[in-house]
Amino acid sequence: MAARGEITMEQTAADTLKVVLSGHWKLGGELPGADKVLQMLERGPGVRHVVFDTRELTHWDTGLLTFLLNVQAFCTQQQIRLNRDGLPPGARRLLELASAVPEKKDARHTEGRVSFLTYLGNQTVDFFRSAGEMLEFLGDTVIAALQLIRGKAQYRRSDLGLIIQAVGVQALPIVSLICFLVGLILAFIGAIQLKLFGAQIYVADLVGIAMVRLMAAIMTGIVMAGRTGGAFAAQLGTMQVNQEIDALRTSGISPMEFLVLPRMLALALMMPLLCLYANVMGILGGMVVGVWMLDIGFIQYYNETVAAVGLWNLGIGLFSGLVFGVIVALAGCMRGMQCGRSASAVGDAATSAVVTAIVGIIVSTAVITILCNFLGI
Amino acid sequence: MTEKEAHITIRDLTMAYGDFILMRDLTFTINQGDIFIVMGGSGCGKSTLMTILIGLKAPAKGKVFYGEVDFWGADQETRDRIIRRAGVMYQSGALWSSMTLAENIALPLETYTNLSPGQIREVVKLKLALVGMAGFEEFYPSEISGGMQKRAGIARAMALDPEILFFDEPSAGLDPVSARRLDDLILELRESLGTTMVVVTHELASIFAIGNNSVFLDVSIRTMTATGNPNQLLAETRDPNLLQFLTRGEKR
Ligand SMILES: Nc1ncnc2c1ncn2[C@@H]1O[C@H](COP(=O)(O)OP(=O)(O)O)[C@@H](O)[C@H]1O
Ligand SMILES: [Mg+2]
Repeated sequence: MAARGEITMEQTAADTLKVVLSGHWKLGGELPGADKVLQMLERGPGVRHVVFDTRELTHWDTGLLTFLLNVQAFCTQQQIRLNRDGLPPGARRLLELASAVPEKKDARHTEGRVSFLTYLGNQTVDFFRSAGEMLEFLGDTVIAALQLIRGKAQYRRSDLGLIIQAVGVQALPIVSLICFLVGLILAFIGAIQLKLFGAQIYVADLVGIAMVRLMAAIMTGIVMAGRTGGAFAAQLGTMQVNQEIDALRTSGISPMEFLVLPRMLALALMMPLLCLYANVMGILGGMVVGVWMLDIGFIQYYNETVAAVGLWNLGIGLFSGLVFGVIVALAGCMRGMQCGRSASAVGDAATSAVVTAIVGIIVSTAVITILCNFLGI
Repeated sequence: MTEKEAHITIRDLTMAYGDFILMRDLTFTINQGDIFIVMGGSGCGKSTLMTILIGLKAPAKGKVFYGEVDFWGADQETRDRIIRRAGVMYQSGALWSSMTLAENIALPLETYTNLSPGQIREVVKLKLALVGMAGFEEFYPSEISGGMQKRAGIARAMALDPEILFFDEPSAGLDPVSARRLDDLILELRESLGTTMVVVTHELASIFAIGNNSVFLDVSIRTMTATGNPNQLLAETRDPNLLQFLTRGEKR
């Protein structure tokens, strides 16, 4: 038995081509392509009928059907009559089923390559559009916040509680670790320089001011951007994929109030608190270096820190924390709400949320620093 | 008709989620080349039964045999090997959302056959044509309707010409004409390729048109109450619940 498919062709009449199929027409085996037949039809002048002889055909599956579909498509195009009678009955009926619905012709084609200039133009347009969307989202959020102040916002208190727990308490371990280490690192670097002048006591000032005014807020912000901003984007993005957000809208519930507002509130509340906690951890980190490496007394280090760090510094640090919290929540929720309807779109949304949040944090730090400089604080 | 060989044998099966027992004492046989209908009210555990048969969830008790092989008694490798010869269409379509329909159907072909890209393209084209979706190769799942997603899911399940096909509510959400074509397709695949089909469905018209064997899961007493040819069941049953199901509540 031939374990492979074979074709022979003969012209039985002037306008009739008989295609004889024999052997084992199974996918994955050795099969002749449809090209041979198509070439014959193209070359052979005046062939108007194609008939099949499949008496020698022993086995068949999809492999035969794809071949027949190809031949049939060509025949339709060339207005050649294809007589299906010689085919195995099952194959004939499956072929009829496959051609029951005409092919969709206006189907979209894959995008071709675009020139560099087009690409640049598209990117620029996208950038401005995304800036516009960001402003619009901000506006919507402000409206939702006003609803909240008027006591009319629709959201579930229990959701807010859960989110606060997720972004607050559950973030403590990672914030502790990061800020303790940052304090330690700052102290190390400072110590090497300050020791040259015998001024190691000022390590306390350095670590205290740097942490309280800036570093605690930035580090917490970045941790939260990765931890919470990404999570928000993934949550809302998945809801978008499942049309849950559409369902909220059609139930007359504003997704801005129901989903975005509690997340924003939770981060705005918890970020300053996390910053406060991060301050303590950072100063502790510095203290470990000061007390153990530089032989500064514990009390002495404490007093020096208290003297150096003014209330203003604390205020600026906490304010930055609040701003960063809002930025992380905004970026996460916005990217989530803009998410497309596929699994990879959810991934993109999460990535983009983290990047947006981190860029936002750094830019707003610059703005706050420059403003403080102007105001002389 | 000659005596048919058993393809899947289910014996004393109990399905449960934790302590919540869905169905107990299921015993029935799906023969080679059957179009086997799983019937039952919403939420009675039809989809769950399917997840057990395709190796996604272990039964709480009882056995499933594929041929002679004890499916859940075997190791993961054996189960994988058996399931590779099955095609599954999930109730929600479960198309991979970040791939086009062509890529969705091509993935199993690329993974398990050594067909050339050109051959794969032809197979994809054929399978889409068979479910009435020729020309939709480059669409993403989010760009087509729910009924089309179902049909594309069927095309993907058929990609490898499996020996057994599982369809979870294939005709829900389809227009009557497409649903009828789907019935024809199911019959035809069985006729010409000898594929065994396990179909979860509520469509009475389909049940009687295509099914030659079935099981009825009764949610009120948490077990199966009948198995056999649905036409015969309709003619012979005395069970009010089954009769009600098979006549849309008109007889009881
Ligand atoms: N993952 C799950 N965990 C717990 N219970 C479930 C789970 N999936 C389904 N159920 C329960 O099992 C029952 C049967 O579900 P399912 O098999 O999907 O029903 P159907 O017959 O409609 O396909 C339902 O009552 C549902 O509540
Ligand atoms: Mg179900």
